Amino acid sequence: MAQTIGAETDLPTATPRTAFRLSWAWLGVVPFFAFVIAFLFYPALSIVVQTFLDQGRNPTLQNIRDLNQPFIISSYLYTIELSAVTALIGGALGFLLAYAITLGHLPVWIRSSILTFSGVASNFAGIPLAFAFIATVGVQGLITQSLKSIGISIYPRFSLYSFWGLAITYIYFQIPLMVLIMAPALDALKQEWREAAENLGATSAQYWRHIALPILLPALLGTTALLFGNAFGAQATAFALTGGGAQSSVVTILIGAQLNSDALSNPGLGNALAFGMIVIMTITIGLYSVMRRMAERWLQ
Amino acid sequence: MTRRASPWAWLWLLIGALYFFVPLFATAQFSLKAKKDVLSFAAYQNVLGSPAFFQSFVFSFRTALLTIVISALLIVPTAYWVNLRLPRLRPVIEFLTLLPIVVPAVVLVFALIRTYNRTPLTDSRAGTYILLTGAYVMLSFPYMYRAIDTGLRSINARTLTEAAQSLGAGWGTVLFRVIFPNIYISLLSGAFITFAIVMGEFTIASLLSQPAFGPYMNLLSSSKVYEPSALAILSFGLTWLAIGLLQVFSRRLPGRAQIVGTK
Repeated sequence: MAQTIGAETDLPTATPRTAFRLSWAWLGVVPFFAFVIAFLFYPALSIVVQTFLDQGRNPTLQNIRDLNQPFIISSYLYTIELSAVTALIGGALGFLLAYAITLGHLPVWIRSSILTFSGVASNFAGIPLAFAFIATVGVQGLITQSLKSIGISIYPRFSLYSFWGLAITYIYFQIPLMVLIMAPALDALKQEWREAAENLGATSAQYWRHIALPILLPALLGTTALLFGNAFGAQATAFALTGGGAQSSVVTILIGAQLNSDALSNPGLGNALAFGMIVIMTITIGLYSVMRRMAERWLQ
Repeated sequence: MTRRASPWAWLWLLIGALYFFVPLFATAQFSLKAKKDVLSFAAYQNVLGSPAFFQSFVFSFRTALLTIVISALLIVPTAYWVNLRLPRLRPVIEFLTLLPIVVPAVVLVFALIRTYNRTPLTDSRAGTYILLTGAYVMLSFPYMYRAIDTGLRSINARTLTEAAQSLGAGWGTVLFRVIFPNIYISLLSGAFITFAIVMGEFTIASLLSQPAFGPYMNLLSSSKVYEPSALAILSFGLTWLAIGLLQVFSRRLPGRAQIVGTK
């Protein structure tokens, strides 16, 4: 594909002009790259590098070793578990909802309203979402009180501030994300494949098991990975529900607390925590990218 | 021939709808209970009348507008050049688009504070505001870029540019009188998502000690009972407005608008 506009590439005198024009194009993108480097790339890289340096700028693995404390390990495990659970449950429910509005032959207005609502709901996270769930399943919440009035008392065995409380709050923004990404994928399942399968005598279950799900699998796995990353990186929601103490259970809150604690500051620890998060997120998003590319082969 | 909806579809729809709407209903109902035994909008009046609400809202609103402007100024030329002249950069940009997800908000603000420690950027109000806005631009960048890139691809920017140039247009004319009018809808869609993100953002604003809307909401939860619910409903309404307007505008788009948000 010609890099320059017009037919000058064929003329020998074009080369100096081509080079001149290309340099204008590069100039056009320099501000953008400078910005990204200054506000994202350089700080992130700096943290990764600092993780392996001690106070005296000497290389060390001590910061990583410092991660081997019970409350940090348990925090990572807790966050991983929370992210995995909400990704799987949110993913499953989201997929079923996406199925319902695409292949379920529901009235057309339902599809567009659910998609719009999903767009809103996936952005409705953080503090307001925490408030909403406090009003729903908190101690004074609507569901809590309604269940109490018919004799079922969910407290104290359940608490909004515990694992499952956090999980059902997270799922609120996981489901819409799944719906938004899987609805187009389900749309891309060609009608002809279904008809061909039925012509050959396949039942609905067989169609799903042998054709539809294998085709959808990369998209499903990739999006679930994205959901995992989404939950893992969440901070505001957990902060609002658990209060954000330094002994708190989610890694993102631990990292935030590193910035606020001026006593016993082990700066290397904060770097190592952030580094650990970057590693996990890179694996997750890497998985998502690979899966997405695989999915694009079938689902254009 | 229209096929009848399967009962399973209705079931999953019902479950999904319940999950979505019950919390909203509960919050709305809770927010109306400020006055004992009577449904009233007292909580809303308290919230909307408080100067702290107004100040933090305006602060975040201004920051959102600033973020959108800076984001657009950086991304529109970049997307344009990548589309037109530098297709080799496309994979690089795609990679950069994923970075804000790989480096979540809390890690980003941690990295920014640690990296620019002891520089004017972290020592002054103005400095931390620059960090805040810069971080928000980075948060908005995947959505802005995708929106503008989709818009440019669907209007076939290359052909338009060539046509304009063959009629004698210079770069200024091309950018401002040919390209921009055709992509301003994509720009708007990116702008609305950015607006929703900035208005609701908490992590970065609170760790940079900025008087933004997110930290204000959190502060209110420790002192008031019913006002936080009113705020949640207001915030939801605001997000709905932003995304709703986005939908209205993006229906006029030739391509498909991205409305995927992160938490």
